[in-house]
Amino acid sequence: MDSIITFIGENIQLIYILILSIFVGIEVISKVPSALHTPLMSGANAIHGVVIIGAIIVMGHAEAGNWPALILGFLAVILGTLNVVGGFVVTDRMLEMFKKKK
Amino acid sequence: MLQQYWLYLIYLLGSVFFIVGLKMLSGPKTARNGNFLAAAGMTLAILGTIFMHKNEDGESIGNYGWIFGGIAIGTVLGWISAKKVKMTAMPQMVSLFNGMGGACAALISLVEFGHLHGDTPPVTILTIVAGLVIGSVSFSGSIIAYAKLQEILKKTFKLPAQNILTIILMASILGLSIYLSFGHASTGLLYVIFALSLAYGILFVLPIGGADMPVVISLLNSFTGVAAAFGGFLYDNQVMLTGGILVGSAGTLLTILMCNAMNRSLTNVIFGSFGGGGATAGEASTFAGGTVKSSTPSDIAILMNYAQKVIVVPGYGLAVAQAQHVIHELEAILEKRGVEVKYAIHPVAGRMPGHMNVLLAESNVAYDKLVEMEEINDQFATTDVVFVVGANDVVNPAARSNPASPIYGMPILNADKARTVIVSKRSMAAGYAGIDNELFYYPNCLMLFGDAKDSITKVVAELKGMD
Repeated sequence: MDSIITFIGENIQLIYILILSIFVGIEVISKVPSALHTPLMSGANAIHGVVIIGAIIVMGHAEAGNWPALILGFLAVILGTLNVVGGFVVTDRMLEMFKKKK
Repeated sequence: MLQQYWLYLIYLLGSVFFIVGLKMLSGPKTARNGNFLAAAGMTLAILGTIFMHKNEDGESIGNYGWIFGGIAIGTVLGWISAKKVKMTAMPQMVSLFNGMGGACAALISLVEFGHLHGDTPPVTILTIVAGLVIGSVSFSGSIIAYAKLQEILKKTFKLPAQNILTIILMASILGLSIYLSFGHASTGLLYVIFALSLAYGILFVLPIGGADMPVVISLLNSFTGVAAAFGGFLYDNQVMLTGGILVGSAGTLLTILMCNAMNRSLTNVIFGSFGGGGATAGEASTFAGGTVKSSTPSDIAILMNYAQKVIVVPGYGLAVAQAQHVIHELEAILEKRGVEVKYAIHPVAGRMPGHMNVLLAESNVAYDKLVEMEEINDQFATTDVVFVVGANDVVNPAARSNPASPIYGMPILNADKARTVIVSKRSMAAGYAGIDNELFYYPNCLMLFGDAKDSITKVVAELKGMD
C-alpha cells in the first residue's frame, strides 16, 4: 500500500495530466458528426503513435552489444513509425475526399 | 538542464497540437488542417526526443543509425501502404496500423524489463507489465480484426465455454502481473504473460461477428492509447501521456457512441453472440413467407424516372461492388430530371461509422445530400422510391417488430414505409448479422439481383435512353 501512495505522490503532476486529459479527450470529440467518425478514429489512431517516442528512448539508450535490446528496439521504432506515418497519411486521404466536392 | 526545459516546451507544444488537432478533426471544414496540425505536433515531439532527450543518468540518445534507419523503413512502408490502399479496405488498414502501435508498446516493455535492477519499485514494474499486456492484446486483436475484414478469416469461432475461458485468462494475466511486479520479477514469467496476452487478444476478437467489427476496432484503438500512456508514466514523458490518454478517452467515448447507435451495450457486443450467428437465425424468421418479387433494370429506371423523391440507402455491398461512382451518376441524372435524391446514412452502415460518407465523398457526392438516420427517418413515408444498395440489417423491420430477432431494438432506417422499395443485392443471402430479412417479402419490395455496379450501370443506361 505504501508503495502505491509513494508512487502517486511522486507522480502527482502526471496523474493530474492523466485525469485532465481524460476529460479533454471526451470533451473534444463529443460533438463530432457521424460522417467524420472514420477519419476521427483514424486520426486518433495516428496520435497514439506517440508511443514511438518510447521506442526512440529505448533504442537510443540500448548498449552497443545488447543485441536483444537493439533488435527489439529497432523493431519498435519501425512499428511505431508505421503507426504514425500510415495513420496520418490514411486520415489525410480520407479527408481529401471530403474537400473536393462542393 | 536548459536543454531539458526546451524539450519540455516542445512536448507542451506537441500536446497542445494534439488536442487542437483532435478538436479540428471533429468538424468537416477544419478536419484536414487538424490532421496536419497533429502530424506537426508529432514531428516536433519526435525530433525533440531524438536530439534533446536525456535519461535519468544524463545520457543523450545514441544509436542514431538504428533510429533513423527504423524511421526511414517505417516511413516508406507506412506511406506506400497508406497511399495504395483502396477506399473499401480503409477500415482494416486502420486496424493494422493500430496493431503496429500496440506491438510497439509491447516491445518497449519487453526491453525495459531487461533494464530493471533489484530496487526498482513494484509500481514501476507494474507499469511496464501493463504496457506489455495492453499493447499485446491490442496487437493480436487488431490483426484478427484485420484478417476478418480482409476476409482472410471468414468464419466466426466460438470455443465451448468461451466466456468462462476468457475470464479465466484475464484473471490469470492480472494475477501473474501482480505476482511478478511485487517481488517475483523473472523474464520467463514475463514471456508467459506476453503469450497469454496475445492469446487473450485473439480470443477476444475471434467470436465477435463482422457487424460489430467497427466497435472492436474503436475499442482496440483506445487500448493502444492507454498502452502509450503507460509508456508516458514509465518515462515521465508528458507528451506520451497526453497523446495516449487523449486517444484512450476519446476512443472509449467513440466506442460507446457506436454501441448506442446499435442500441446495445458494450458488454453485449463483447460477450453476446450476435454476428456469431447461427443459433438465432432460424427462429427469427417467423413471418409468413410471402414471395420475393424480382425486377429488371428497365422497370426500375421507369419507377425512378417518374418519382418525385428517391432515397438511396447504401451499405457495405456498395463498397464491395465499388458502385460509389455509378450511384453518383444515377443521382446526377435523376436530379437533372427534377427528382429529389438523398442518401440515408445509418450510423453503422458499412464496416466503420462514417464508412459510407467517406466512400460517397470519393465519388463527389455533395456533403448535404448525406442525411443521418434521425433526420431522414420521418421522410420515408412520403418517399416514392427507396433504393437499398448492398445494405441489409439496417433496413430489417424485424428490429422494430420481432422481439425474437437478435437485432431487435436496433434503430433502423424505415425504408419499408416508402411506396416502393428496391433492393439491389447479389443473392438472397443473409446480411452480416446472419438473419433473414422479411422486408424482401413485403408487397412493396422489388429485388434487383446481381452485382450492384452492373445493375446500377444498366439502370443508368435505361434512364439515358428514356429521353
